[in-house]
Amino acid sequence: MEDKDKKIESLHLKLIPYFEKYGILLLLVLMILVMHILQPDVFLSWRNVTNVFKQISWQSMLALGVFMVIVTAGIDLSVGSIMMLSLMILAVVAKAGAPWFIVVLTPLIAGFLCGLFNGLGITLLRMPHPFIMTLGTLYIFRGAGNLISGGTPISGFTDEVRYLGHGRIDLQWLGLEKSQYLPVSLVLIAIVYIIFWIFLNKSKTGKWIYAIGGNPNAARASGINVNKILIIVYSLCGFLSGIGALILAGRTDSGYPNAGLQSELDAIAACIIGGASFFGGRGTVLGVFAGVMIMGILRNGLNLMDVSSFWQQVLIGSIIVLAVYIDVLRRDIGTRK
Amino acid sequence: MSSTSNPLLEAKGITKYFGTITALENVNLKVHAGECLGVVGDNGAGKSTLMKVLSGLYKPSAGSLFFQGKEEILESPRDSQNLGLEMVYQDLALAGNLPIGENIFLGREPTKNLGILKLLDFNKIKELTNAHLDKLKINVKSADQKVEELSGGQRQAVAIARSTAFNAKVVIMDEPTAALAIKEVGKVLDLINSLKKTGVGVIVISHRMDDIFTVCDRVMALFQGTNFAEASLSNTSRDEVIGWIMGKK
Repeated sequence: MEDKDKKIESLHLKLIPYFEKYGILLLLVLMILVMHILQPDVFLSWRNVTNVFKQISWQSMLALGVFMVIVTAGIDLSVGSIMMLSLMILAVVAKAGAPWFIVVLTPLIAGFLCGLFNGLGITLLRMPHPFIMTLGTLYIFRGAGNLISGGTPISGFTDEVRYLGHGRIDLQWLGLEKSQYLPVSLVLIAIVYIIFWIFLNKSKTGKWIYAIGGNPNAARASGINVNKILIIVYSLCGFLSGIGALILAGRTDSGYPNAGLQSELDAIAACIIGGASFFGGRGTVLGVFAGVMIMGILRNGLNLMDVSSFWQQVLIGSIIVLAVYIDVLRRDIGTRK
Repeated sequence: MSSTSNPLLEAKGITKYFGTITALENVNLKVHAGECLGVVGDNGAGKSTLMKVLSGLYKPSAGSLFFQGKEEILESPRDSQNLGLEMVYQDLALAGNLPIGENIFLGREPTKNLGILKLLDFNKIKELTNAHLDKLKINVKSADQKVEELSGGQRQAVAIARSTAFNAKVVIMDEPTAALAIKEVGKVLDLINSLKKTGVGVIVISHRMDDIFTVCDRVMALFQGTNFAEASLSNTSRDEVIGWIMGKK
């Protein structure tokens, strides 16, 4: 009897990590199946699938940045505003006639500097919680974006500037039709996610980011410079928001005052749906990707079925609560009380 | 251990002010190789402050530290670790979300080069962890188990394993048995005894007379931030030590 209990227990111990890592993918696959059954002709068509990826392209960058911050038990409310400010700077620089390779660098640098500003504020000003610093910069960055652009949209970028957000990789050489192209933004998502997966899972700094989220005192006692790591994390989060701005510039061909409005909440929602814990130290890059995809597919699927966007809001909210409840149950099994 | 041999670690005249508060005044302490020193004192007597000075977390306002006869200035916990001076904190300072092996090597992870990238060497972490846990006779299911899945005693064992994974010469333990179930206390005390046998100098801060009288060779009492009394275990009694804690000689 005891042997049997032990077997079950060790099976649990073996299964839990897999469930923790890949459980969210099951939900994603389930959703894809349901959508396919509901919309068999359209949903899995080339055109629609690439559409979903184009729609989630810039959100996926914000979500990845916010995810890293959440792993440290922090929060970044300013990513939407960082993206808007970076986009506006790009637009102004482009309109001033700068060469394209300068124009594409500006949002990345601007985003990075905004993130650095957050990181320095949180650590040097010893803010009681990152919520406060980034709530402040949510207003500051958006205000700054409107100040430099005069609060009006600035449109019309060159093809080079629009490449990452709008470019197409032709697949006709594979014998496919002209309409069956690969969006450049999809390739970009894959590359960025793989790089950050390696960074977070295989590098010392990545491991320390998780350790800080698990127990900042343990990290400090281990000789890890916690403030330095936090500054790196917020800077990278800003940098990713800058990439988001570059993609958005390509997609919309315009810098506009409402860009990224409330997208910080979408980014947080994607992280939470993907299994990141608000208490830090928990969550995977794959989970965030699944979270972004689930939100994207939900919106896309409901649009295809002509469901009102109000229902989309209700459903996304419900999925957040459900996903976190599953997380609570999972922890009950996995953690010793 | 003869008191004439050079101490491994010696603190002389340690004084620490926090603003106008004097936490420590002119405190001396020494520990030899293979010896266990017990440090006792009431709450606020300055035990934890003294330990934080020894681990490099606080800089003393005055006084000096000698390690193997050489004066050392500790700027951070990393400095004391580099000397072989390790601390086991009362709150254990483990990251529950990480596996045992990654906790033991946290901040000092072995890496391998993959082209220009320096990546963590998980195989080596596992290998070294298993060897080290075996050496200390610590039983866990697997080095991959997360620390939050362990019992209090197992966590304490991991914390001690962590402190000794890098050729520690002195290990300082803050209340090593305070959070443990009674049946786990014995295991941790055994672990301390086996550390002593390997020539490590151990400093144990504890309220529990049982701990002190089981593993220590010498005991010193702090009272209101000063050295109050000190004796080898064979020359004192529980009642006397309890009296010291309350400021009575």
